[in-house]
Amino acid sequence: MADVSREVVEHVAMLARLQLTEDESDRLQKELGRILEYADKLQAIDTDEVEGTSHVIPMTNVYREDQVGVSLDVEEVVANAPDAAEDFFRVPRIVEE
Amino acid sequence: MKLYELTAYELSERLTSGEVSAAEVTEAYFERIESVEEKVAAYLELTQDVAMEQARQVDDWRAGGEQPGPLAGVPVAIKDVLCTRGIRTTCGSKMLKGFRPPYDATTVRRCRDAGMPMLGKTNMDEFAMGSSTENSAYKVTRNPWDLDRVPGGSSGGSAAAVAAGMAPIALGSDTGGSIRQPAALCGISGLKPTYGRVSRYGLVAYASSLDQVGPLARDVRDCALAMNVLAGRDQYDATSADVDVPDYVAALTGDVEGLRAGVPKELMGEGIDPAVRTTIEAAIGQFEELGMAIEEVEMPNLDHSLPVYYVIAPAEAASNLARYDGVRYGHRTEEDVSDVYDLFAKTRGEGFGPEVRLRIMLGTFALSAGYYDAYYLKAQKVRTLIKQDFDAAFEDHDVLLCPTSPTVAFGIGEKADDPLQMKLAHVCTIPVNLAGIPALSIPCGMVDAMPVGLQIMGRPFEEATIMRVGDAYQRATDYHRQRPEL
Repeated sequence: MADVSREVVEHVAMLARLQLTEDESDRLQKELGRILEYADKLQAIDTDEVEGTSHVIPMTNVYREDQVGVSLDVEEVVANAPDAAEDFFRVPRIVEE
Repeated sequence: MKLYELTAYELSERLTSGEVSAAEVTEAYFERIESVEEKVAAYLELTQDVAMEQARQVDDWRAGGEQPGPLAGVPVAIKDVLCTRGIRTTCGSKMLKGFRPPYDATTVRRCRDAGMPMLGKTNMDEFAMGSSTENSAYKVTRNPWDLDRVPGGSSGGSAAAVAAGMAPIALGSDTGGSIRQPAALCGISGLKPTYGRVSRYGLVAYASSLDQVGPLARDVRDCALAMNVLAGRDQYDATSADVDVPDYVAALTGDVEGLRAGVPKELMGEGIDPAVRTTIEAAIGQFEELGMAIEEVEMPNLDHSLPVYYVIAPAEAASNLARYDGVRYGHRTEEDVSDVYDLFAKTRGEGFGPEVRLRIMLGTFALSAGYYDAYYLKAQKVRTLIKQDFDAAFEDHDVLLCPTSPTVAFGIGEKADDPLQMKLAHVCTIPVNLAGIPALSIPCGMVDAMPVGLQIMGRPFEEATIMRVGDAYQRATDYHRQRPEL
């Protein structure tokens, strides 16, 4: 099994903004190890002369005229917010006074 | 024959001739849903009022002498991964519980514009991550052929709905096989179009370099009808391709004489259940009888597809799912939070299910400092090798044939605790997404009283060719006419 330490699991969970229980960290440590061991098979393949593929269909940047169009309905958008006031999303205070 | 047993094509003929009304067809589907949905659990949400209003509008058009398109009045079910304005779209996740999108996905809008009454939203693995639809946060969908087995996934609700006669056509999404594998396991036809052929606007993103929207239906002709509605450039999706769209129904000539098919050795090997392999070999024999030339091809890099996919897809997912922060929409923790980090971490820890958490962790790891080159970049390079194998195979072959799934549908709960075993369910379909090419799954026989799917892969933007091949097979066989008893 690939070596995934508890510190790595906790660091990655912090990067991903995921709060994990102890049990969940145990499970993820094991499963990450198993899957990364599987992914490690790729290391044996010679790719020195190979470019990576990020997009499979040949495509260049797409431009268009900058025109005013129809925007989303503000009421409909804000209706989905967990907390809102008037036309704004409301969040817990994040800046100290 | 009952209305819900007809294909979309047959319904279209009866609607156009005035033999039935769109309202009658839509009502017939809701009656069918009423009688079998309790057993199958394909839908997360039914939209009867919306559907009946659309149906009556289509009837008004026809009464007024208008000639709407061929699918006007033919109902459609929508996978819950596609945004439907004002109608709950959860993606099978608690994270999006109660979310009502302020806009329609382009594919949904195209169905509406075509006059297709929307029956409802279908169940799926959470955020389209899974092969069995067991990862849904809401319910377990059952395979209509055997209620103790899974329908496949992640578009399991869409596949089960079509197989059970609860929708003539359903939309799905396919990132690693999520249209084709459930189509195979439920004994129906399903098409993953070329990357860029169909707009992804309003498709809740999983892995953006792999995702495509496509149809599931009773036969290939119905897939072609649906593709005539779905395909084409969309100004709201810059990756949708500006490539001419042919008339896919007109392309179904029945003539495949002289076409060359390759059978990739790597997708017929020891990982394939022997009875499934025998069934696929018999189907390949049928293509020879139809005048196609068949030969084995070697595509050695396909063996690397699964590890490549399980680096690239989670990496893209980790980036895409960063948007779920509990601020603008979706779940927000109700616990006290000390700061903004705490708000995000608690919200996300609560809102995502186990498989989604695993993939976010995997992807975040693969993209993190010190591991990016070894995992993500390496996987992208091997992806190039896989693409090159396809390019080489398509120089001498018009289509490639293989099983869609290495086994028939497995039991509910059978693989739920083994993530790697579960991932093998998409071993034959994943290479197609990595190469961006189109592929079709059609039923080609039964093993253990469960349907087997044959996968037909084609060159980029040659959906017409693979559907012509699939349709020719269905003209010569009747596996696609078999229906489960419910």
